[in-house]
Amino acid sequence: MLKQLTNTQVWVRDQDEALAFYTDKLGLELREDVTVPELGNFRWLTVGVPGQPDVAITLMAVPGPPVFDESTREQIHALLAKGAAGGLFFSTDNCQASYEELKSRGVEFSQEPTEQPYGIDAGFRDPSGNQFRMAQRKEPS
Amino acid sequence: MLTSVPPARHLLRAKDMIDARYREPLDVPELARAAHMSPAHFSREFRRAFGETPHQYLLTRRLERAAALLRNTDHSVADVCFTVGLRSVGSFTTSFGRAFGLSPTAYRAAHPPASDRVRIPTCVLQAYARPQSSMFREDNGNRPG
Repeated sequence: MLKQLTNTQVWVRDQDEALAFYTDKLGLELREDVTVPELGNFRWLTVGVPGQPDVAITLMAVPGPPVFDESTREQIHALLAKGAAGGLFFSTDNCQASYEELKSRGVEFSQEPTEQPYGIDAGFRDPSGNQFRMAQRKEPS
Repeated sequence: MLTSVPPARHLLRAKDMIDARYREPLDVPELARAAHMSPAHFSREFRRAFGETPHQYLLTRRLERAAALLRNTDHSVADVCFTVGLRSVGSFTTSFGRAFGLSPTAYRAAHPPASDRVRIPTCVLQAYARPQSSMFREDNGNRPG
C-alpha cells in the first residue's frame, strides 16, 4: 500500500521569483533544478524544509499546450492570483519568532500569530498567491 | 524573465490586509492603495474577483471574528464589537442579527466552543464561518472610514 508522501506541488507564476522567495525568504533549501530540453524546456524545480529530506515541494510553472490549452492556463493563473489554488501547512517551534523573522524578510502575512486551542498559528502567502500556515503545536496533554 | 504581477494578486493583497487588520479602522481608500488602484476601480474589481465588495468582505470578516469571540471568550458584547474594529454596538447588534439570525447574546448561549468537538485550523474556521453578505441586507451603519 501507499507508504509515504514524498512530493507536493504548488503552482507558481514565475519559477525564478518562486525559487528566490522559497529559499531566501522562507529559508527552504533547493533540492532539484533540472531543465529538460526535450520536454520543451520543462523545469523540474523542488525545494524542501531543511531537516526534512523526504518531503519536497515542487514549484511548478503553469504549462501551456500540449499540457493545458491557453484558456486553461489562464484560468489557473487567475485562480492562483486570487488565492484559490491551495497552500501548504508548516510547523514551527516558535511561531512569534518565526513571524518576526519572516516579516523582516518581507513576507506578507494575512494573520499574525494567534492563540488557538491547538497552539499558536499564523498565515502568510507567496508572491503567486498560495496560502501558507505555520503552527506551533501545543504539547499533547 | 519575471512575469508581471496580475491585478488579481494586488486585490488578494488587499483582501489579506482585511484578514490581518480588521481590528483597525480600515477604509476603502487605504485598501485601494494596497492594491495600487483608485478606490472606485478597486471596489469594482474586488467585487469582480471575489464576488462581494471590499466593504462587505471587511464587515463579514469582523462579524465572523466577533462570532468566534462570543463562542470562545467571556468578553462582553460591547468589548467584542470594539475588538473587531466596529464602533457602534447598536449597528453591530443589528448586523450580527441579520448575519447569524440571533442576537450576540443568544448566539453565545447557543454555541459552545468548537474546540470542545474537533481541532480545526483557524484558516478553515475563518474561511467557512464568515457570513455571506448576499444572505443579509446591510445598512450603512458600519461603513468603515
